[in-house]
Amino acid sequence: MKLITAIIKPFKIDDVRDALANIGIQGMTVTEVKGFGRQKGHTELYRGAEYNVDFMPKIKIEVAVSNDLLDQTLEVITNSANNGKVGDGKIFVSELSQVIRIRTGETGDEAI
Amino acid sequence: MENQIFELQYALDTFYFLICGAFVMWMAAGFAMLEAGLVRSKNTTEILTKNVALYAVACTMYMVCGYSIMYGGGDFTSFLGGITGDGVAGAEEPATYAPSADFFFQVVFVATAMSIVSGAVAERMKLWAFLAFAVVMTGVIYPLEGSWTWGSQAVFGLYTLGDLGFSDFAGSGIVHMAGAAAALSGVLLLGARKGKYSADGTPKAIPGANLPMATLGTFILWMGWFGFNGGSVLATASVESANSVAIVFMNTNAAAAGGLIAALLVARALFGKADLTMALNGALAGLVAITAEPSTPTPLLATLFGALGGIAVVLSILTLDKLKIDDPVGAISVHGVVGLIGLLLVPITNGENSSFSGQLIGAATIFVWVFVSSFAVWFLIKKTMGIRVSAEEEYEGVDMSECGMEAYPEFTN
Repeated sequence: MKLITAIIKPFKIDDVRDALANIGIQGMTVTEVKGFGRQKGHTELYRGAEYNVDFMPKIKIEVAVSNDLLDQTLEVITNSANNGKVGDGKIFVSELSQVIRIRTGETGDEAI
Repeated sequence: MENQIFELQYALDTFYFLICGAFVMWMAAGFAMLEAGLVRSKNTTEILTKNVALYAVACTMYMVCGYSIMYGGGDFTSFLGGITGDGVAGAEEPATYAPSADFFFQVVFVATAMSIVSGAVAERMKLWAFLAFAVVMTGVIYPLEGSWTWGSQAVFGLYTLGDLGFSDFAGSGIVHMAGAAAALSGVLLLGARKGKYSADGTPKAIPGANLPMATLGTFILWMGWFGFNGGSVLATASVESANSVAIVFMNTNAAAAGGLIAALLVARALFGKADLTMALNGALAGLVAITAEPSTPTPLLATLFGALGGIAVVLSILTLDKLKIDDPVGAISVHGVVGLIGLLLVPITNGENSSFSGQLIGAATIFVWVFVSSFAVWFLIKKTMGIRVSAEEEYEGVDMSECGMEAYPEFTN
């Protein structure tokens, strides 16, 4: 099992959610986050004076998948979150040692 | 029959005067909302307290001594000397409105002048220092300057502004520039807000917390201004004065529109985006620009005068920012710089009653008096009770240090 953590542009969240639902992903966790990467921050003007936006608002998606769904899920997120511009985000994949569904006590792939 | 017509005229003019006064009173709400919108949320309760308290202080001080200084021939001892119950029996010449209506209309103007100060010194001044200044400003500084202009008294017995060709219909100089002069002297002694300037001196933005509130405040001021300028015709119960009132309403509205459009376009050209706060300042600048003479320009000319104010206000705000004169709401630019422009525009359409030299002398008299006397009062307050909160209190927000309560407790905690 793998835990996929994707940082994406906020305006892409609906596209990503729909695309993942289409391939049978049944759940995800979404968090509003801030940070910077190669896009860095930017400056805005208020009454002619500059102010810096150092951390850009992003959305973090966490999805747990079984090993056989991993490649397809990664491909779907990459495609649906892609805007072709710097700041589109990143996907991190990490090992997931255990998953437990709290209501039934099921574990492993059964619980995803 | 003739007496009945006179009574009707008296009743109508008095009624009109009172309603206009109530409109101007409502401008206090406009200033409160505008300023609350343009400061940070941690300073909201305090700026609202300042606005309601200064209004009450202004009303009380003007009743206690301000009105008699302004219109009672400078007799400091005759409290309430100018107010009699009946404008027909009591007045030397029969007036067409009740004297207490005149008092009511005048008193709300004092509050307007004082409201201008509160925005400029926002987010860092001690509440009680500000209110102490309000007592002197509304009780003496403004009324004395008003006695030289609308009160027709000689300036310290030396010269009479009216004879020199000074004309200020509803107070671009007498109310607005005077308020700005008091604000400027306070800001110079107070210093800029922490974080307004980076180490190398470049101005940094401190965005306002609530732009819907600032927009509502501007609309309220825009509406109140119809009373401010329209009421300054002083009468409406004849064809002539009714026509004049209608022209003043039309031109006041046109100037605000011109000011907003101009400021919006200048901000777009300079910054690349539409800056709402500059557009709001532009509307107010248009209103200030037309206030010195709203009855003689054509509507197109009024729009252009307003637009001139709108352009000037954006450039002035940027310039004051560079000069390290930190004015969170742009009050000194809107009311001071554009107030002066308003005075200088009068002779263009009303050369009979004013001259450029008269306007310049009048503007200089008002500015020097209000600036110097205010500076002295601020200085005295600074040396005795202090005018600025500590750096830590400023960081935490003056809501907690001055009022002990936050405007949005669920939100900020």
